[in-house]
Amino acid sequence: MKPKTLYRKIVDSHTVAALDEHNLLLFCDLHLMNEYTSPQAFAGLYEQDREVSMPGQNVAVVSHIIPTHPTRIRVIEDTASALQASNLKKNCDHFHIPLFDTNDDLQGIEHVVAPEHGMIRPGMVVICGDSHTTTYGALGALGFGIGTTEVEHVLATQTLVYRLAKDMRIRIDGTLPSGTTAKDLVLAVIGHIGAQGARGYVVEYCGTAIDALSIEARFTLCNMTLEAGARGALVAPDQKAIDYVMARAPDITSEHHDAALAAWQDLHSDPGCTFDVEYQFDASDVSPQVTWGTSPDQVVAIDERIPELDELPEGPARRSAERAFHYTRLQAGAALEGTPVQHVFIGSCTNGRIEDLRAAASIVHKRHVAPGVRAMVVPGSGAVKAQAEAEGLDRIFTQAGFEWRNSGCSMCLAMNDDVLTEGTRCASTTNRNFEGRQGRGAITHLMSPAMAAAAAVAGYLTDVRRLEILQ
Amino acid sequence: MTEHTRIKGRSASLRIENLDTDQIMPKQFLRGIDKSGLKEGLLYDLRFDAQGQARSDFVLNQPSYVGASILIGGSNFGCGSSREHAVWGLQQFGIRAVIASSFAEIFYSNAMNNRLLLVTLPPEQIAQLMDDADDPSRNTVEIDIKEQSLRSYSVQANFEMMPRHLKMFLEGLDSIGLSLTYQNDISKFSDQHWTRQPWLRDVAAITHRRL
Repeated sequence: MKPKTLYRKIVDSHTVAALDEHNLLLFCDLHLMNEYTSPQAFAGLYEQDREVSMPGQNVAVVSHIIPTHPTRIRVIEDTASALQASNLKKNCDHFHIPLFDTNDDLQGIEHVVAPEHGMIRPGMVVICGDSHTTTYGALGALGFGIGTTEVEHVLATQTLVYRLAKDMRIRIDGTLPSGTTAKDLVLAVIGHIGAQGARGYVVEYCGTAIDALSIEARFTLCNMTLEAGARGALVAPDQKAIDYVMARAPDITSEHHDAALAAWQDLHSDPGCTFDVEYQFDASDVSPQVTWGTSPDQVVAIDERIPELDELPEGPARRSAERAFHYTRLQAGAALEGTPVQHVFIGSCTNGRIEDLRAAASIVHKRHVAPGVRAMVVPGSGAVKAQAEAEGLDRIFTQAGFEWRNSGCSMCLAMNDDVLTEGTRCASTTNRNFEGRQGRGAITHLMSPAMAAAAAVAGYLTDVRRLEILQ
Repeated sequence: MTEHTRIKGRSASLRIENLDTDQIMPKQFLRGIDKSGLKEGLLYDLRFDAQGQARSDFVLNQPSYVGASILIGGSNFGCGSSREHAVWGLQQFGIRAVIASSFAEIFYSNAMNNRLLLVTLPPEQIAQLMDDADDPSRNTVEIDIKEQSLRSYSVQANFEMMPRHLKMFLEGLDSIGLSLTYQNDISKFSDQHWTRQPWLRDVAAITHRRL
């Protein structure tokens, strides 16, 4: 048999039918929904008098519009957003789709909630009306984002009309230096290959640096790979991935345990298979990364200078840097370190998990948020929040002057009331530094949770490696 | 010639690389449960200043570009969020085609599913089309979808479309209806799939019930 990539194995094992030379009908094991990209899809079903084909393969979470103020009962004050939430409940009730509603203790960001409760299993196809669905590659599941028309298609058929992507492999060997994380690694990769460097490809990561990453770190890696334009990101499941899933999926009983392990054994690219593009990086070269522009590929190490315009290739890269400098109010060639920030945001589907909060808390411990800085932690889910509180992380953050919030997408995209004002500069653990993303005229610097914590206590962008961990 | 075989209109250039869907349709316009009201939100921060006044320096606000129906964009157009609202907003504003050297993947699918035409051409031709667009006396672009060809003042080009997309444009396509004709295959597939991997059946419902 011809050797196959992991990506092709997953696609082949989910192909219901070939539709034409380019398209196939892809079976989707799990479809996640949120309140803002699904309403029009449900409306389409009602209009055509169609049913949800397989409700038990679908789940919904109120995630994007939910306020994160630390109240016991959450009330969505904005009328339109409240309608989105109640409409989601109505639709889920009508079609018997499980829902994590506004005041569910386990509510959170869809990409945090689904894996932490064992819904994501190796070899699955997972889709969602949200671009960061690539996250699930960390467990060897093919995840990708879709639009609302496709949401309707999946609801009605549990399948998608799917165009094959090309195969890219990124091998990363070496050891990530102390003070760096999967976030720094993926920002460095995006900086190197560009914001459309993986456009049209599913990226498979491999190498000793990837093997060494925790599952949560791999979530961060696969999540952010979307920002290089990828149609998916995968890591072949290893023992860590299997242990992660088995610890969270008690419904895989002893009866099915061996069969599951046997099925997951085959989830790797065969020796001798070919990739359309291959890259190689050394993790030991990575320093803490901070973006300086308005695209995630506009990034440098904290101890490097922002590039001069003439250091950038003529054409799109230079034009977009020019535009970015104007927006971010930074000088070409200047140092990033020392740039004052007024806001720090720790959270999101990229960096809102327990390991992220632990990393940030270890820097914040016995320190205080600098004067003039507003800093907040928004845990990725209710379960992450509860875990952090059980570990006392909430007290570390609040004693340091951070706001300890309820879970949600929050200031990652500022669809709720966590919106920054014009000119506010934010050290953020999120995934996009686009113009206006966190608020009109607000300036976002993407970085790791530890780096964001360091910025909070310093009051400016700084190198976390300079800060000792205080016991 | 029907409206779905030919697009003729005035073009406007948006010389912005990686124009993301957050900029095309900002957050505050995503709070609806239907597709209405997105015309106002299109490229909002570019079209309006912080006080809500139209920015006269922005191309689509200039008198000679009112009614432009074709955008010439930078590369990686539509990157970022999967929000289909970006496509709906472009259409509600009157945009019928976007021409760029590359499009982000999810945006591309969303556009095709709504019959918003996206044309991919090499960067040199995009540069020429932008120059044409910047001169209101020669900014008309004519696109023949059936022939997959395009003509402006200084560019004549052919472009590619997948046969399925071409059919969607020319004839319209009830994609769901068509996939539902595979219902038996889907049922047969899922039965086999779940026989081999029973832990995938009702995975969402079973997990949610347990919690």
